[in-house]
Amino acid sequence: MTSGTPVPDDTAAATAATVVLGEQDVARALTRIAHEILERNKGGDDLVVLGIPTRGVPLAHRLAARLAAVEPGLVAEDLVGSLDVTMYRDDLAQHPTRSIGATTVPGGGIDGKVVVLVDDVLYSGRTIRAALDALNDLGRPRAVQLAALVDRGHRELPIRADFVGKNLPTSTAERVRVLLAETDGRTEVVIESGTDGGAR
Amino acid sequence: MTAQYLLKDVRILDGEPTDVLVAGGLVAAIGPEAGDAAENAPDDLDVIDATGMVLLPGLVDLHTHLREPGREDAETIASGTRAAAAGGFTAVHAMANTTPTQDTAGVVEQVWRLGAQAGWTDVHPVGAVSVGLAGEHLAELGAMADSAARVRVFSDDGKCVHDPVLMRRALEYVKAFDGVIAQHAQEPRLTEGAQMHEGVVSAEIGLAGWPAVAEEAIIARDVLLAEHVGSRLHVCHLSTAGSVEIVRWAKSRGIDVTAEVTPHHLVLTDEEARGYDPVFKVNPPLRTQADVDAVREGLADGTIDIVATDHAPHTREDKDCEWAAAAFGMTGLETALSVVQQTMVDTGRMTWADVARVLSTNPARIGRVEGHGRPIAVGEPANLVLVDPEQRRVVEPERQATASANSPLRGRELPGRVVATFLRGRATVLDGVPQDDPADPRFAAGRVTP
Amino acid sequence: MRHLLSTTDLDRAAAIRVLDTAAQMAATQGRQIKKLPTLRGRTVVNLFFEDSTRTRISFETAAKRLSADVINFSAKGSSVSKGESLKDTALTLQAMGADAIVIRHQASGAPHTLAHAGWTEAAVVNAGDGMHQHPTQALLDAFTIRRHLTGGPGNPDGVGNDLAGLHVAVVGDVLHSRVARSNVDLLHTLGARVTLVAPPTLLPVGVGPWPAEVSYRLDDVLAQGPDAVMMLRVQRERMSTAGGGFFPSPLEYTRLYGLDARRLATLPDHSIVLHPGPMNRGLEISADAADSPRAVIVEQVANGVAVRMAVLYLLLAGDGDTAGTAPATGAVPALTSASSSGSTPATTAAPTTTAGATA
Repeated sequence: MTSGTPVPDDTAAATAATVVLGEQDVARALTRIAHEILERNKGGDDLVVLGIPTRGVPLAHRLAARLAAVEPGLVAEDLVGSLDVTMYRDDLAQHPTRSIGATTVPGGGIDGKVVVLVDDVLYSGRTIRAALDALNDLGRPRAVQLAALVDRGHRELPIRADFVGKNLPTSTAERVRVLLAETDGRTEVVIESGTDGGAR
Repeated sequence: MTAQYLLKDVRILDGEPTDVLVAGGLVAAIGPEAGDAAENAPDDLDVIDATGMVLLPGLVDLHTHLREPGREDAETIASGTRAAAAGGFTAVHAMANTTPTQDTAGVVEQVWRLGAQAGWTDVHPVGAVSVGLAGEHLAELGAMADSAARVRVFSDDGKCVHDPVLMRRALEYVKAFDGVIAQHAQEPRLTEGAQMHEGVVSAEIGLAGWPAVAEEAIIARDVLLAEHVGSRLHVCHLSTAGSVEIVRWAKSRGIDVTAEVTPHHLVLTDEEARGYDPVFKVNPPLRTQADVDAVREGLADGTIDIVATDHAPHTREDKDCEWAAAAFGMTGLETALSVVQQTMVDTGRMTWADVARVLSTNPARIGRVEGHGRPIAVGEPANLVLVDPEQRRVVEPERQATASANSPLRGRELPGRVVATFLRGRATVLDGVPQDDPADPRFAAGRVTP
Repeated sequence: MRHLLSTTDLDRAAAIRVLDTAAQMAATQGRQIKKLPTLRGRTVVNLFFEDSTRTRISFETAAKRLSADVINFSAKGSSVSKGESLKDTALTLQAMGADAIVIRHQASGAPHTLAHAGWTEAAVVNAGDGMHQHPTQALLDAFTIRRHLTGGPGNPDGVGNDLAGLHVAVVGDVLHSRVARSNVDLLHTLGARVTLVAPPTLLPVGVGPWPAEVSYRLDDVLAQGPDAVMMLRVQRERMSTAGGGFFPSPLEYTRLYGLDARRLATLPDHSIVLHPGPMNRGLEISADAADSPRAVIVEQVANGVAVRMAVLYLLLAGDGDTAGTAPATGAVPALTSASSSGSTPATTAAPTTTAGATA
């Protein structure tokens, strides 16, 4: 099973890895998403930003920092939290046992709030389905929105993102890897032609 | 009716290869004369190439549970003695804890008669010391001694004769007919609920302990009692280093005590209990490596007189359960000789002559069994076992002759194979296979193929 | 590993993983909606050959909070009391599709036999066997100790921590106690120093190699300032009965080994008092001690649910090796620390890296 340890730095060895977003691209995308969120919600009132572990959490923190920077009166730490969806997944029995991540919700809770879920890659949509269930057990938000750094297509459920950093058409044989300084030592998005079948 | 057998190039005990002719129920000739005598033999001469093999006197087990009458689902006299023959035995002592108990002349005669009918080995019933093994009143020891079964060994085995007065009386009483009390040494109060040897392993795995002192205290008491009343005492399945020391001390004082060790106490330790497999549950329990080392040493130096199997067959349901619910005991008739070879001969502690002493001569002497445990010499009864020490085999309990599968040695490779067993000149086992009488319907179904 | 039979099955990483998972479970239990869908469709059987209402209820609550179906199979009044063997009971439960069997049995090793005899493919959780082991009790004790003595602001449960440097005194009937055995092993694995305190009659012969110190004098050990004192239940029937008694009288036991207000006052301020329950107030622990603020006994019960949720999650949530489809001997061990080697990205086909990452 995967754990919180950094992904082994085997990208150099992967022959067909292409960097599709660099550090600056990621930064610009998050800044744009922050603006879109404030625009869509007519400000930052009642916003809660919840990252989905593992890499959704640092993304959520980056996003909250930008929201606070743009919108006067917002404090990043009061916006942001994490939402672990492990115990709501529909594929637990298909994988070795996963460790459970932390769920932390800002002090004001989520009842009546606008919750922005943050994830690194939107793919089948099943993680988001699990996240909606998890959210439902935590309370009753006024609205739920979804921000993803990369949308690579291939949805298996009727789910779409409200805010997307980059749409990335892929084949299912390819792998999309989001690396973040907080977890991986550097920030970039790479696409690998998955000859090993390790699609993601 | 009986064939004659010429064993070619066989080693008698540790001797040089020679030829042995078995004919007329006797050892008919040894050496070059054997071949000459065979020349004149009738057509039914069976020549066995015994190159590399060892000839021993037929083994005598002083401690066998044949389970009949009462638990024929676990073993019968026929199946148990067939297993004994397969293991090289020509005489076994059938322990008294049957249902009904072997505590009257009638029951011991029945066991004796069934043994004779089966024909695999001589069967010498052991008489109970106390009525129903209850430890309260002496059984009719004299009647059993005078019966057709001619009982000489008395034991409440499975239970200890723990009342010192009863033990004293029994020791005294059997002097009248040269009997011996075979004591199952287990202080009952110290072993209430006991499941395994008390020590490091029991402390860790949480099974109630059977302390070594519970055995040693009874042996110490009994050797002193035997000294006091001038009687013969036999100690069953001695299992601890302390017990060896006590018996050694008693013998040095001239006390008439003999002692036995089982094959399993020569080779297995309490570490086996860690997997909670009840096949390793036995009474007295498997002890520590230090105890194993001590009983091997005691056997080699003569402190321990004999190896006896304590063959204790149990049905699957009595072993296919949690440890505490399982029965005590393990089978041993068909592996005893191999275990002794592995632990004592192959390690250089004992010669084949020593093996004959501890598995034949001494037990026959202690049990006052006539015609067994004799020297291999011309004119002696042909109770013999032919062993190939070079062969090795993996223990497969389901393929054994015993009706039960509770061998603790399952899957282990052991040295030595019983090639042939002769009971008064008749081959009960040939080429490793029990020689069932095709005319006897009891064996028609139970035949095993090697 | 597929089963939880003994705390000796857990290495340090695996033990911490259970405790960390329990911390996440505990967090969910403070919510209004405590039920999680995680084990929907899985069947957990509570197979109790010994009465233990509190342990059974704890496991039942844990399984239900994870949405598993729970079947309570009590030996009392069932076919078991009529002589049915453990084997036949196991075969029956297997036929009914049990995914996990939580077993309490008076015979040491019965869970081991159930797990290894080939009677069932279910995951086996030892809920206490004879005088052997009670691993979930030790885990909840360790969880409670870790929370109180290593937790801090920002990490109240001490997630990721072991118990290195802590001194735990385990006091009472060690001889008959599966709780003591499980705790000695687990506390040692987690780096704590353990001192067993008991009258010599209530210590097993062969205690020597245990990774614990042994003392016959409670006051001497309390003077060392242990960080946690765990009082074991003493059964009144253990007292003097015609030579078989383990101590002369309850009064003498209390005087020498009972935790009362006077002894409690000698402990450092941070020290906590644990008891696996049910307590004999006035025997091994006085009401003053049991009700004092440093007694965490009620909290142990709450933590028991979280720990048992964690164990059921780790045994049942993963792929097929406990699902009854493939007996897969080489399957990924759920409770062992496979996480270290499992960080290869290829293990997730799912779009996000949802797992892990708390501490």
